[in-house]
Amino acid sequence: MSNLRRAGGPLLVIVLSAVALAVLDASGQAFWQGLAINLAIFMILTVSLNLTSGFTGVFSLGQIGFMALGAYISAILTLPLPEKAAYLPNLPSWLAGVHLDQRLGDVPVGFLLATLIAAALISVVAWLVGRVLMRLSGHFVAVATLGFLVIVRVVLFNADSFTRGSRTFSNVTPYTNLWWAWAWVLLVVYVVWRIKRSSYGRDMFFQRDDRSAAQAVGVRVMDPRLLAFVVGAFFSAVAGSLYAHFITSFSPTVFYFDLTFRVITMLVIGGMGSVSGSILGSIGIVALTEALRRVEDATLLYGLSQIILAVIFIVVITIRREGLLGQREVPLDRLFLGHGRAGPAPPAAPPAAPPPPTTRAEETTSTP
Amino acid sequence: MTDYAIQQVVNALSAGSLYALMAVGLAMVFGILRLINFAHGDLMMISAYLAVFSLGAGLSLAAALPVIVVGTVAVGLLMERIAYRPIRGAPDVAMLLTSFAVGQILQNGTLLITRLAGKPTLIAFPSPDVLNGVVNIGAITIPKVNVASFFAGIVLLGLLSVFVTRTTLGLSMRAAAEDLPAARLMGINVNRVVATAFAIGAGLAAVAGLLYSVQAGQINPYMGFTPVLKAFIAAVIGGFGSIAGAVLGGYVLGALEVLVTALAGIGDLLPPGSVPPEVRSFLQQWLPSGLASWRDAVVFVVLIIVLLVRPQGILGQRVRDDEL
Repeated sequence: MSNLRRAGGPLLVIVLSAVALAVLDASGQAFWQGLAINLAIFMILTVSLNLTSGFTGVFSLGQIGFMALGAYISAILTLPLPEKAAYLPNLPSWLAGVHLDQRLGDVPVGFLLATLIAAALISVVAWLVGRVLMRLSGHFVAVATLGFLVIVRVVLFNADSFTRGSRTFSNVTPYTNLWWAWAWVLLVVYVVWRIKRSSYGRDMFFQRDDRSAAQAVGVRVMDPRLLAFVVGAFFSAVAGSLYAHFITSFSPTVFYFDLTFRVITMLVIGGMGSVSGSILGSIGIVALTEALRRVEDATLLYGLSQIILAVIFIVVITIRREGLLGQREVPLDRLFLGHGRAGPAPPAAPPAAPPPPTTRAEETTSTP
Repeated sequence: MTDYAIQQVVNALSAGSLYALMAVGLAMVFGILRLINFAHGDLMMISAYLAVFSLGAGLSLAAALPVIVVGTVAVGLLMERIAYRPIRGAPDVAMLLTSFAVGQILQNGTLLITRLAGKPTLIAFPSPDVLNGVVNIGAITIPKVNVASFFAGIVLLGLLSVFVTRTTLGLSMRAAAEDLPAARLMGINVNRVVATAFAIGAGLAAVAGLLYSVQAGQINPYMGFTPVLKAFIAAVIGGFGSIAGAVLGGYVLGALEVLVTALAGIGDLLPPGSVPPEVRSFLQQWLPSGLASWRDAVVFVVLIIVLLVRPQGILGQRVRDDEL
């Protein structure tokens, strides 16, 4: 009974979102649909970066590199044969014949398969990279992963026969729609939330907060970091695939530092370690960006939006470093439990909130 | 062939000087604050725009240079005072991310101002005549700007070494880098020392920015990103936080890059008959001329290897495990 009640809050949110999506889908408002898909992609990126970096404290600047690889791999896989012959004439023969553009009724299964293949391949890459880089911490790992991003960019620019080099990769079929994008959001939020509540998740936070203490009591350091890195890369590649089949033409320049910084802003503002914080952070920044873009268009003051975002970022990191939520979560699962009955049902409360003493301690120490 | 080799050595020294000038600024600040200041590259960009502005206003290079340097130093000091001082002592990553935000503000601020002034994003750099053209020594032709970069590097870094070893302020800076709390207890004014480090770093970046822009021929608001990455690699290779290490790392990186570029397509460049055909085809296969465009990837692979194998760099102190 109590389990059912606890699931009530999240279920309610899912049902309401589904209704909102259905309304949006039926409305035919292309602008708002595009914005919702854009938001979904940023949400996937932010939540997965939160797992990789927020949970473990191993700050990765290479996430957009995984996204870029995911975008290119899945786009190459789904490209129909005539387009493939015309745009990528130099593909090796084993790849030139592949075209995952099949549909099963209305469902583009080829797209799903291509996304999964890309994400799986990227996970392997991330595992190899992570095996090497997760030994580093602090700014060393940030810069090493930034190196990874630069390497990916150089590879994309130079692997002409696969990526068309610096020329635009275009004519990707626009498979990504509201349902695909938001289904993936649901999955990434669920997976990351489950990881946070698992023993692996607790290890991630523990080794982040005090590595020496964690090692002293036998908590693993490498394994949780590597898990976070690989799962984060998997979903970043998914975001890349969704992006590729949404925007339909792109070049390597998109996947670089501006995008990286935007996702980091969403993460830091929402709170490193809080899944609901990442969701709120991405909603806030996407909405703000969109509003500022209109101001830019109207006033022709291009660059203004990024200045404002950067200023907000500096203010947040100076005044409230733990972001909006720190590592707490919005207590959706207590939606139906009611505050009056919190006393007699203590077992329901503790899993919903992280240990209060640590959050208190963080708040006091990190406020300058 | 010897000429080719000498030419490449000169290229390496001139590129190395620019990297060293940039890396020193990063290393001084990092040594004291543990802040990797990625906005350092944007100081180069500011210097380039100040140069366009002052040279475009008809000033000679000698008259423009003080304007450029003073302007860039002012921006460097402002950035320290407004953005970095409030978060001094914050976790490493928070400071690193702040420096990215500062960079975004400088880049987009410059973009905004150029747009308002009705200028395009990409501006051709009005190179002063002194730095245009080439110098001929025997059969070797060297662009003047490369010679200027080399000497600017040697002279300025020499002056810096006199400053940090012979003056009180320089000594306080080294003391602060060694142990900040202890230095403070000894009565060293930390704010002053940090401001000095930022000012010197910005001044060197201003000179590097001017020379870099002459070499590149055109400037844009995002031009600082790649050089600061390179300077960072140089500083890591040399030993982060060590000034001498940053200089050494700068020249090592310059040599490494020129080596990659020079070896690319070497199989086609060797005169006929100088090597056996098997060697030539081996070289053509493994060092194709396309390798040059992979240069940035190669230097980053080197960076990652250095971080893993010898994180303290060539000259740095041993890095403790818990700092890694």
